[in-house]
Amino acid sequence: MSLSVKLKKGLDIRLKGQSEKILNPEAESIRYGVKPVDFPGLTPKLNVRVGDKVMAGSPLFHDKLKPEVLFASPVSGSVVSISRGDRRKLLEVVVEKAGDEYIDFGKADPAVISREEIIEKLLKSGLWPVVRQRPYHVVARHTDTPKAIFVSAFDSAPLAPDYNFIFDNSSESHFRTGLKALKRLTSGSLHVVVNGKSEPSGILKDTPAEIEKFSGPHPSGNVGIQIHHIDPVNKGESVWYVNPQDVIAIGRLFEEGKYRHDRIIALTGSEVIKPQYYRIRSGASIQSLIKENITAGNLRYISGNVLTGSGITADGYLGFYDSQVTIIPEGDYFEFFGWMMPGTDKFSFYKAFASKIFPRKEYILDTNFHGGERAFVMTGQYEKVVPMDIYPMQLLKAILAEDIDMMENLGIYEVAEEDFALCEYICPSKIEIQSIIRKGLDLMAREMN
Amino acid sequence: MDSLRKKIDKIKPNFMEGGRFAKLRSVFEGFESFLFVSDKVTFRGSHIRDSIDLKRTMTVVIIALLPAFLFGAYNIGLQHFRSIGTDPGLVQMFLFGFLKMLPLVIVSYGVGLGIEFIAAQIRGHEINEGFLVSGLLIPLVMPVDVPLWMLALATAFAVILGKEIFGGTGMNIFNPALLARAFLFFSYPAWMSGDKVWIEGLVKGENIIDGFSGATPLAMLAQGEASEMPSFMDMFIGTIPGSIGETSTLAILIGAVILIATGIGSWKIIISTFAGGLAMGLLLNVFAANDFMELPAYYHMVLGGFAFGAVFMATDPVSGAQTETGKWIYGFLIGILSILIRVLNPAYPEGVMLAILLMNVFAPLIDYYVVRSSIKRRLKRAETAFKNQVK
Repeated sequence: MSLSVKLKKGLDIRLKGQSEKILNPEAESIRYGVKPVDFPGLTPKLNVRVGDKVMAGSPLFHDKLKPEVLFASPVSGSVVSISRGDRRKLLEVVVEKAGDEYIDFGKADPAVISREEIIEKLLKSGLWPVVRQRPYHVVARHTDTPKAIFVSAFDSAPLAPDYNFIFDNSSESHFRTGLKALKRLTSGSLHVVVNGKSEPSGILKDTPAEIEKFSGPHPSGNVGIQIHHIDPVNKGESVWYVNPQDVIAIGRLFEEGKYRHDRIIALTGSEVIKPQYYRIRSGASIQSLIKENITAGNLRYISGNVLTGSGITADGYLGFYDSQVTIIPEGDYFEFFGWMMPGTDKFSFYKAFASKIFPRKEYILDTNFHGGERAFVMTGQYEKVVPMDIYPMQLLKAILAEDIDMMENLGIYEVAEEDFALCEYICPSKIEIQSIIRKGLDLMAREMN
Repeated sequence: MDSLRKKIDKIKPNFMEGGRFAKLRSVFEGFESFLFVSDKVTFRGSHIRDSIDLKRTMTVVIIALLPAFLFGAYNIGLQHFRSIGTDPGLVQMFLFGFLKMLPLVIVSYGVGLGIEFIAAQIRGHEINEGFLVSGLLIPLVMPVDVPLWMLALATAFAVILGKEIFGGTGMNIFNPALLARAFLFFSYPAWMSGDKVWIEGLVKGENIIDGFSGATPLAMLAQGEASEMPSFMDMFIGTIPGSIGETSTLAILIGAVILIATGIGSWKIIISTFAGGLAMGLLLNVFAANDFMELPAYYHMVLGGFAFGAVFMATDPVSGAQTETGKWIYGFLIGILSILIRVLNPAYPEGVMLAILLMNVFAPLIDYYVVRSSIKRRLKRAETAFKNQVK
């Protein structure tokens, strides 16, 4: 059964710097970084030391609590640095590329081999972490059987890449093989959710998946919102999900026997001179992408989108799950009577600025906080950007109070921090909502296991 | 602006930790953030933030209050000169009233903000903007002749016992401005009711023309003098005695339009409060045992503080219901209770203040039941899923 869901709640932030549909050949990068901080809830344990030689697919570190879950090197070469932060927290493992060698994990047809063999292959190759789960929005627990698997085949975030363009430039057969493998992992359905507003790419025809259509403002492309409307997670259940480009990587693993976590990313943002698409490998440094392609000034480099991405340095590395790099200006300036000005250049969710009367097509937004942190004061605003049957403020307060029963009752199993990113953006009290949600998810994960 | 910024940057270290005036840090930050939006940038979570903040939000409410404020000033003059039987013209009247109001506003802000500054400093927090609105609301719900020391006392009571002991802006249970009024109402009833306090100079009684009554229309109704009541139009425009900001329903409705258009005030609460008031008024009409009960229901909308309460007091997001369904119920009950108290309780001709304060107490309960229904839906879904699994 194919669903067609139209969402009304949400917000499209009209930023400047959408990528032109031009695909550049693979950008060469010398260094590649794998960041344990991309995987919330992970306690990493290193498998390598500085100076070790690795191949693409060699494990760099693994999950201390689930040692079968490996995190692989995206390229062959040698480990050049392992950096740690406060309390020796592992921040990144950097590999300098040399040659192009892959560990051979062996080809296989996911329709023929058993479910256990499929999972084992994904675990061994280090590709398993592309499979994530609700509850908790973490790497999926491979011993579970999910009641459904979701692939959100479009992204509604600000300046997000157009997945139809990415599909048109990707291997159809890899994508299908990937879906075939995923279909074997669940006892229920495999759902691929496409944008109801555009004609789906040819790559989506003849798949073992059920195609559902979603439309509406952001966060309609968030997989969590889609799960909530199609097959919501109840206590004790789990649903898995995979990014579309990672489905392709899974397909490639089965067809070629290689760990090649490649992707097409959109380089976006108001400070990029020529925003376009690039072929790139997961973990690549963004240095070569932005060379001579950004404006001067103090800039924020984001792996991912402006709402949920992680801030990196100008020579930082693309995040494990990201298909987008965004570059916007920093907002470290004082604004004289800024809160009193009419604000024709200020994009806002609220109708308290002149930009509501004289709207522009697109806006340049920076990283300024635009105010100080306060207690919750305004009500009824978060609800307008969370298209779920969930009370955002009540859930946040339950998390702050560490009231486990209440969190459960209010739907903590169904949410991830990304679903609340817009609440954080529009919050007049400047509360760090995504951090609170993550704190709640971590707390629940600890309590339930 | 650069030179001002440079000066601030130069004195800033004195107020930071270890500086000479480190104890005044919150006050300094309050003034600094008033002049300049901070240069603070995002460091985790969303990289961009909406331009809205509480200062902007509160500014919108203050703008919405301005029509009622300006009309209130004019009406003080109008009522005063009527009572002594002269007509010096509109500008004179406005200036007279404005000068009468100024000390009230200054005392309210002075006392309230002073306490806020001290509380913020003790907690080590930034100064909250909440009082910017409360500080203007308090004088607007007072009779013009209220002594300044009384106003100061009421403001201090409202801010300390109504807000700061609960943790400051955002944590309070009651609407602070109404609490200030309720404090005076019960502590100094002679100054908050009767026929004299609503018009400047009437208490002293100098030069008043013979037989002039300063009774509010509500008081006339309560005393069974409905025939002497001003016309509906006069009461709608607001040229009647009453608390400073509450008389002009027209000016209040302009404010309501601003609040609703900007989305800062909840239209659900405003509409449902008026609906509740009308419903109760109609119900009383059915029984119609006395003049007051016979009064056409729509008259209640322009009488006393009903409109002001519905638009500016009930919509306080902190002390009101916080769920969208809850807001309908909350507003409707305020409307019903206001008129019920007003008509059936001879001791208090004004019911809005008490109705809102009462509903402030019940707002969390309303929210509790609204949220409960979502919880039940979720539990039911889980049960069905579990049953299907067992099958």
